[in-house]
Amino acid sequence: MSRKTEILVVGGGPAGLSAAIVAAQLGSKVLLVDDNPNLGGQLVKQTHRFFGSSARDAGIRGFNIAEQLLEEAAGLKKNLTILLNTSIVGFYGDTEAGLLSPERYEKVTFERVIVCTGAVENSLNFENNDLPGVYGAGAVQTLMNVHGIRPGNRILMVGSGNIGLIVSYQLMQAGVQVVGLVEAMQTIGGYLVHASKIRRMGVPIYTGHTIVSALGTGGVAGAKLCRLDEKFQTVPNTEFDVECDCICLAVGLSPLIELFQQADCKMVHVGELGGLVPLHDVNMRTTNPHVYVAGDASGIEEATTAILGGRVAGARATESIHGESAEAAKVIADASSELRTLRSGSTGERIRWGREKIEKEIAAC
Amino acid sequence: MSLRIGDHPVLSFKKGRKVSFMFEGQKMEGFEGEPIAAALHAAGVRLLRHSPHKHRPRGFFCAIGRCSSCMMEVDGEVNVMTCITPLKEGMVVNRQEGHGVIEP
Amino acid sequence: MLINDGIITREELATVLPTDERFKKGPVAIIECMQDIPCDPCVSACPSKAISMKSGITDRPKLDAARCIGCGLCVPRCPGLAIFVLDMTHAPRSAALSLPYEMQPVPKIGQVVKGLDRSGKAVCEAKVLKVMSAKKFDKTHVVTIEIPKDRALDVRAIRLA
Repeated sequence: MSRKTEILVVGGGPAGLSAAIVAAQLGSKVLLVDDNPNLGGQLVKQTHRFFGSSARDAGIRGFNIAEQLLEEAAGLKKNLTILLNTSIVGFYGDTEAGLLSPERYEKVTFERVIVCTGAVENSLNFENNDLPGVYGAGAVQTLMNVHGIRPGNRILMVGSGNIGLIVSYQLMQAGVQVVGLVEAMQTIGGYLVHASKIRRMGVPIYTGHTIVSALGTGGVAGAKLCRLDEKFQTVPNTEFDVECDCICLAVGLSPLIELFQQADCKMVHVGELGGLVPLHDVNMRTTNPHVYVAGDASGIEEATTAILGGRVAGARATESIHGESAEAAKVIADASSELRTLRSGSTGERIRWGREKIEKEIAAC
Repeated sequence: MSLRIGDHPVLSFKKGRKVSFMFEGQKMEGFEGEPIAAALHAAGVRLLRHSPHKHRPRGFFCAIGRCSSCMMEVDGEVNVMTCITPLKEGMVVNRQEGHGVIEP
Repeated sequence: MLINDGIITREELATVLPTDERFKKGPVAIIECMQDIPCDPCVSACPSKAISMKSGITDRPKLDAARCIGCGLCVPRCPGLAIFVLDMTHAPRSAALSLPYEMQPVPKIGQVVKGLDRSGKAVCEAKVLKVMSAKKFDKTHVVTIEIPKDRALDVRAIRLA
């Protein structure tokens, strides 16, 4: 069994949805594939208001943005076909992929593919980190905001980036006590307004600390923490225990990049972007001219940049098939300008460094 | 305190109908369609399996079917990723010990 | 220091605090936004056009305290929940503080709650004067509490019994 499309989009989170919407709006035939029963990726779990420009989605809660995208996609049935519960199991040659769903296995031929596979949560090394009750931050969000179940009654959060800060707040909204937030650096990693929000509700923020071990038999019952110096070395005699029934790890994400490796895309390791990413240009095209990338798979960032990167990829992929157009040019210009704005300021520094490294590597190719 | 969230300041949760299933010989309740691991978690069960070599207790980790920590034996089948497998009425769920046994 | 513990110091707060003269005139907003995050919903939220960002959305918002009438419409719009309205003219010894609230249950008018400082410590009792919950506030309630004047710069959260 096989099917044919012009643009295959892998992953229906904010990046893939946006790429598919733009490509379909610009006239391409698009097949959007996601291995979940619902579209929206991690965006549907975001209950907080987004930052950014009010001209786009600032002030709107993440899951409402997801609803808007789904509505847009639903209105494009003429050009956009969506397959749920379906995985891409491999690339065969430059223009063929295998699709696996509970009902069938089939091949799809395409002219361009936009891979928006997102990221996976990092784990952290400490004694007993495999105890039941040690969960990734995304897992905690999934449990709370999708299934309406508290991950525990007293949680210790590890990591003070935006995810750790935001999920701590969401835990409190779900009626869970956050006994503390642990951060290895001496300063808070995420937006300070997020930190203030939880601090003023009584959550201690232990900067310059780490978790030594999880305590408990059969499941988390507590955690042993200790202080770290500026060089991340443990300070002797500073260990103390906290009581908790769940330890949430918000220690970063790593891009999911297996498909790019299958497609022989040149990969590059960029720490600021989360690890190994496919080398890509400002058009979101990798070193394999058939393969585009958007979202966290192109570098760990945010949903807003995933949406904008997806829009650029969808427009550029369309242009590469159907030729340039004024509408595509406008989409690209608007999205690129918004991306520049979102990445400006001191909070965008690390991302800018990471992106500069990618640009240097591409220029050297 | 029940782990199921009642009133939430921002979200409302649509649940399927209540169904019963078996876990380690005990009758338990959950909602049709929610992941097996979530239903177990809400019922107070976090220990889902034991690791193959050191028999260490394991639960789920990523909850989106990417890490394989949540694998259990469901209706006689091993290595079922319970964090993404929807609960059905009458399911028989057991802890998986190590790699589990696959009948030829 | 804010960057180490999430607690704004008096020195950091001074950079955004309206003057004593302005406080004597009635309610006014305090925008406790200390970082150049790309973000601007507060600008369009203000019906008096009292909030501005000159060079773009990464600017820290600037409040024209003279134009601000203390209406509080900016309070629920800030994604960082960082805007408060303080009325030092509320009563001889107490002030009225409006803050964003997104927890359950929502307090009722007349209820007495605990006023928490920026470290989460309960520093006073606070009577709930008003609760604004409009549909356009999208689940962020604006709760106005009565607190002692000498706590007006500290209390930024509440805890129900």
